[in-house]
Amino acid sequence: MHINYSIDNEYLYFYLSGELDQHYAKSVKEYIERILSDTKGYTKVVFNMSELCFMDSTGIGMLLGRYKHLKKCGVECFIENPTLNVEKVLELSGIYEVIKKI
Amino acid sequence: MNKFFIRFSALSENESFARTVISGFLLPLNPSVNQLNDVKTAVSEAVTNCVVHAYPEGFSGDIELSSWYDENEIHIIVKDYGIGISNVKLALEPFYTTKTSDERSGMGFTVMGSFMDELKVDSKPNQGVIVHMIKRIALVKE
Repeated sequence: MHINYSIDNEYLYFYLSGELDQHYAKSVKEYIERILSDTKGYTKVVFNMSELCFMDSTGIGMLLGRYKHLKKCGVECFIENPTLNVEKVLELSGIYEVIKKI
Repeated sequence: MNKFFIRFSALSENESFARTVISGFLLPLNPSVNQLNDVKTAVSEAVTNCVVHAYPEGFSGDIELSSWYDENEIHIIVKDYGIGISNVKLALEPFYTTKTSDERSGMGFTVMGSFMDELKVDSKPNQGVIVHMIKRIALVKE
C-alpha cells in the first residue's frame, strides 16, 4: 500500500496504490490527515484510485471518516478512476451518494 | 475434491496472507478476475472481522481458514475462538457496527453476502464465530 499527493490550484489529490485493508487503514488515515492539516488553499479533495488494486469495506470506513471531517470544513470530496475490483465495493456501500465519482 | 486448512494468528498483517492463500488455492479452477476478486474480498472481510472483533485488546488468538471445492461449489470457512456475537441477525444488518469510534463501516457481512452466493454465520457469546461462505463457478474439467 502506497499513498502520495499533489496540489493543483484548489484541488488536493491523493493517489492510492496497492491493497488497502485494515492493516494499512490507520497509516493511510494518518498520512491523509497530516497532509490535510499541513496544506493550505484547497477547496476540493480527490482520492485517485486508478492504481488501487484491492480495497475491502475498511476503506469505506476510512473514506467516510475523511468525508465527514472535510464536509465540516466546507471541502468537497471526490473519487477518481477506481479499478473494477474497488468499484464493486464502492458501489455496494452507497458511498457515491455522498462522495461523487469524477 | 480439493481442500486445505490453515491456522494463523489474528493479526492484521495476516489479512493479505489470507487473500493470497485463497487466491492461490482457487487458481487451478481458472476463475475469472471478477470471481477471484469477489472471493478475495469476502475472505478479507471475514478475516478482518476476526482481527478487529474476536479477541479483546491485549489477548492473542487464532483464525482458522479452510476451503474445499467439489463440482461447481467453492466452500470457505473462517473461524475464530473469540468473544462471539450475541445477536447475529443484528450483526448482519448493513452499517451495523459495535466499533463506531474506529471508523468501521459496518459493511463486512453485507460485502460477504453480496460477493458470495451463500453466507451463513454461526455464533454464540464466548464461543467464537464460524462464517461459512459458498461461491458457485463453472469449473474447468481436466
